[in-house]
Amino acid sequence: MALDTDTVRRIARLARIHVDDGELAPLADELNNILGWIEQLDEVDTEGVAPMTSVVEMVQRLRADEVNDGDLQEDVLANAPDPADGFFTVPKVVE
Amino acid sequence: MSALTDLTIAQAGDGLDKGEFTARELTDAYLSAMADAQALNAYTAETPDRACAMADASDARRAKGAAAGPLDGIPLAIKDLFCTEGVLSTAGSHILDGFEPRYESTVTQNLWDAGAVMLGKVNMDEFAMGSANITSHYGPTINPWKAKSGDAAGKDLVPGGSSGGSAAAVAARIAAGATGTDTGGSIRQPGAFCGIVGMKPTYGRCSRWGVIAFASSLDQAGPLARTVEDSALMLQAMAGYDPKDSTSIDQPMPDFAAALTGDIRGLRVGVPAEYRMDGTPPEIEALWQQGIDWLRDAGAAIVDISLPHTKYALPAYYIVAPAEASSNLARYDGVRYGLRVEGEDLTDTYERTRAAGFGAEVQRRIMIGTYVLSAGYYDAYYLKAQRVRTRIADDFRNAWDSCDVILTPTTPSAAFAIGEKMDDPIAMYLNDIFTVPASMAGLPAISVPAGLSGDGLPLGLHLIAPAFGEETLFRTAGVLEDAAAFDARP
Amino acid sequence: MSDASSTSEDDIPDHLVAHFTSRIGHNSADLIEGETGSWEIVIGMEVHAQVISESKLFSGASTEFGGAPNSHVSLVDAAMPGMLPVLNIAAVRQAVRTGLGLEAQINLRSVFDRKNYFYPDLPQGYQISQFSDPIVGEGRVTVDLADGESFEVGIVRIHLEQDAGKSIHDRHPTRTYIDLNRSGVALMEIVSKPDIRSGEEAAAYLAKLRSILRYLGTCDGNMQEGSMRADVNVSVRRPGEDLGTRCEIKNVNSLRSVREAVDYEARRQIEILEEGGEIDQETRLFDADRGETRSMRSKEEAHDYRYFPDPDLLPVEIDQAFVDEIKASLPELPDAKAQRFAADFGLNAYDAGVLVAERETSEFYEAVVDPDGAKRDPKIAANWLTGDFFRRLNADDLEIADSPVSAAQLGGLLDLIADGTISGKIAKDVFDEMFDTGKDAGDIVEAKGLKQISDSGEISAIVDQIIADNPDQADEYRGGNAKVAGWFTGQVMKATQGKANPQLVNELLKRKLGG
Ligand SMILES: [Mg+2]
Ligand SMILES: [Zn+2]
Repeated sequence: MALDTDTVRRIARLARIHVDDGELAPLADELNNILGWIEQLDEVDTEGVAPMTSVVEMVQRLRADEVNDGDLQEDVLANAPDPADGFFTVPKVVE
Repeated sequence: MSALTDLTIAQAGDGLDKGEFTARELTDAYLSAMADAQALNAYTAETPDRACAMADASDARRAKGAAAGPLDGIPLAIKDLFCTEGVLSTAGSHILDGFEPRYESTVTQNLWDAGAVMLGKVNMDEFAMGSANITSHYGPTINPWKAKSGDAAGKDLVPGGSSGGSAAAVAARIAAGATGTDTGGSIRQPGAFCGIVGMKPTYGRCSRWGVIAFASSLDQAGPLARTVEDSALMLQAMAGYDPKDSTSIDQPMPDFAAALTGDIRGLRVGVPAEYRMDGTPPEIEALWQQGIDWLRDAGAAIVDISLPHTKYALPAYYIVAPAEASSNLARYDGVRYGLRVEGEDLTDTYERTRAAGFGAEVQRRIMIGTYVLSAGYYDAYYLKAQRVRTRIADDFRNAWDSCDVILTPTTPSAAFAIGEKMDDPIAMYLNDIFTVPASMAGLPAISVPAGLSGDGLPLGLHLIAPAFGEETLFRTAGVLEDAAAFDARP
Repeated sequence: MSDASSTSEDDIPDHLVAHFTSRIGHNSADLIEGETGSWEIVIGMEVHAQVISESKLFSGASTEFGGAPNSHVSLVDAAMPGMLPVLNIAAVRQAVRTGLGLEAQINLRSVFDRKNYFYPDLPQGYQISQFSDPIVGEGRVTVDLADGESFEVGIVRIHLEQDAGKSIHDRHPTRTYIDLNRSGVALMEIVSKPDIRSGEEAAAYLAKLRSILRYLGTCDGNMQEGSMRADVNVSVRRPGEDLGTRCEIKNVNSLRSVREAVDYEARRQIEILEEGGEIDQETRLFDADRGETRSMRSKEEAHDYRYFPDPDLLPVEIDQAFVDEIKASLPELPDAKAQRFAADFGLNAYDAGVLVAERETSEFYEAVVDPDGAKRDPKIAANWLTGDFFRRLNADDLEIADSPVSAAQLGGLLDLIADGTISGKIAKDVFDEMFDTGKDAGDIVEAKGLKQISDSGEISAIVDQIIADNPDQADEYRGGNAKVAGWFTGQVMKATQGKANPQLVNELLKRKLGG
């Protein structure tokens, strides 16, 4: 399942990482190298084996429905790059 | 009396209790050692004012007879993956430039509650992705050890990773102990490279709340310290049930230090055949045999065991960990904190921010993780890896029928020079070949410094115990430590 | 997801949705006549319903609507580094309750997955949702139409997921503002089978779903505040043929919009097909001002959500006892209640349906009809409720809970009519005054002297006087012009300011004029 540069471009887009066109091919080589090594997993017979969902055997705990958090506007915005009037802001999104 | 910074945590605690010195004096000793060891680049943020204030508070408690326990007044370094309130917390990444959390991770809060003193934040591989501490935005940390011969002689060596700053700081006596996190070996491997003890508890022992996530199903905090006893003392304070982490385990907390009885008579020690891998250097094999002999001499029964899927743990790890990371790191988008590089529009802003903010290895893993989760590949990669993971866990489950603890080497080599293996990701990944299987199964494991390589660099032996078997782990590690009598210093 | 207005694809991939239509024998009135023959509209809906709970799905922040921006936000909701989700038991309980109310399969084991995509109001970079193992499986809803017909809509599944925050595009010329107050609020996504055949049916389905959720107390159904919104999947086909390509209309937020959006979209698709074109599978927006749907141009790129189980959470396991306990606490639901109203009160299906649509109305009605066992006439009560009472609520834009006239007070008014104290006509005025002042009917009648005159002597005297004053008209009547009788009645009522018992007046007139 070798990656071509189009796939690398698509993956980079999905991951929202800018990759210059010139970097696509070397990146594809690098990723193919790793994926090729990973594919030794094909040797393992996993027929009928359940995928692991959790390494610890325990049941999901549930939280009581209580309001005990929030009201932290200052803390929430403290590290924001460009807050305004209590909001985070980003370049305008066109719908 | 030796220098205050040479004391173990247990010894320092003793001295504080006896009034031989104050926490402030101990802290000052570390702060001045830190100033002398800047070249190691171990710390990314030093907090001397906070350290002094915490030390003074500790002294005040002790004066009232209200010391909080064995960690009260002990100066520690904190891996930069832990969020610490009001102190730069970056995970070694450019993308968290300037990030000062308004909250304190549960593990570090537990330490402060136990009276420990914060010296600062220590360096690490970016987002804990690495085995050499060379991917940090803040530059590599240098291993305080130097090779006496061989190819690496005269060169700066890596401290291992990702908790490289932690391991280097403890080995260089610029912290009495340090927190680390271990996803595939990130505590144990740098522990081995730096000649100290590195311990990863059972998944769920330490809360992940406030620890910057790399791979959620694998990440686990643990201590790096100079002795097994110190590790036990630190874990005692770090661990505990936390309702804020859904994967935190509500299990009784044993007295870990009390488990160090020195008595392993009748203990069954498993030696897995599959860890004898082609290409492992003879000195590693020899040290492993030495460890087997030490434990046998101490009265343990040595049992040959099989963990058939050992060699698949690493490739499976390199699916699961990047997959989870690709999702965990999606929040670093330049909107709410950290770096933002404005682009032409929102998408461009995202892409520029993340391209500039993440280093090459992190980008590589995000790409791999994105790919293995993407439509059409999920079953073949991610699901397959999680099935293999079940097999790995089953291997261990079967092994516990015939043994109580497993002994292996920690790493396939000693520390190497900075710059080596940098162009070959897989060669770098292979550093974790012995540590990853326990991570994949969520098991507690420890690396104990056990000897020196031919070039005079430390090597570790690795013990793995069943889930919640920390007491067995510490007990056996204590015996190994006594037998090895490792007293070499960088 | 559809929760953030970002997404351009369906939550549920085709292979997980039953893609046959379970509905056969559709009403031929639902077919649309095009230039080239008739077309059938096929509609499936994904309804996002906000769960009623105090705190969010995975954090302890308040779910309260409104508030200063980013104030109902915890560090978890803002996706600060190292923050972790902890599941709210109330959300689980509400989803199970909803499933039981829709006669659905409850899954004792369910899994939370991450749905990965970037959008500024999605702080984690993923939405925690349920993908392959939702908490609720197949169920059904019976939907009533205005003509008294009803049809069934199959439910494919209900899953729990996080709401997104809010992007505000109109506060600044070049910036979008982000408020995370809603980020992390629990939603139930209720996915229907493609069993709906018209805009009217789609609106009726949404109305019925809303009614049931409100009965259950699992969602307040407030569509204006966005507590319920629908993604409507519309396709058209020739009757009997395979399903056509569908378009998903996102976030439609009123019954009227649902109806209009479907009608517009179906016409649009038919036009394209009749001209020999093809339908692009795409996501569209409904513009309520223009009454049309349009393509979300910015969402052209293909999505790949990379779902995988959230490693911060373990599978959710509930036991049958938990389900049974919820089952035991379910209220009587609208369908059962309507049947009971019809059987016990002799109401027709339409009236019963109207009275049970809102739980508060049905409870108000029951309180009027049967307070402490003292039964009032159920049909008269139903007429008053659906007539004057609803008229005033609507006119004053009030919810029944805020009605100034209580059930007991309305009952008191009906009692005064029943025992002849006031006439039905006077009662309407009294009711309006009750509504304006909140006073009891008896007090108003007393204070204004509105008591009906039922003293035959008193009325008899007035009748005599009017006949005497109007001999011509009296002659006309005697001459066979029965219409004049009404004029005489009017005169008597006028003379008594409407208080004369009309029955008595008619009797006396007949006797005295008929002579
Ligand atoms: Mg949807
Ligand atoms: Zn959704």
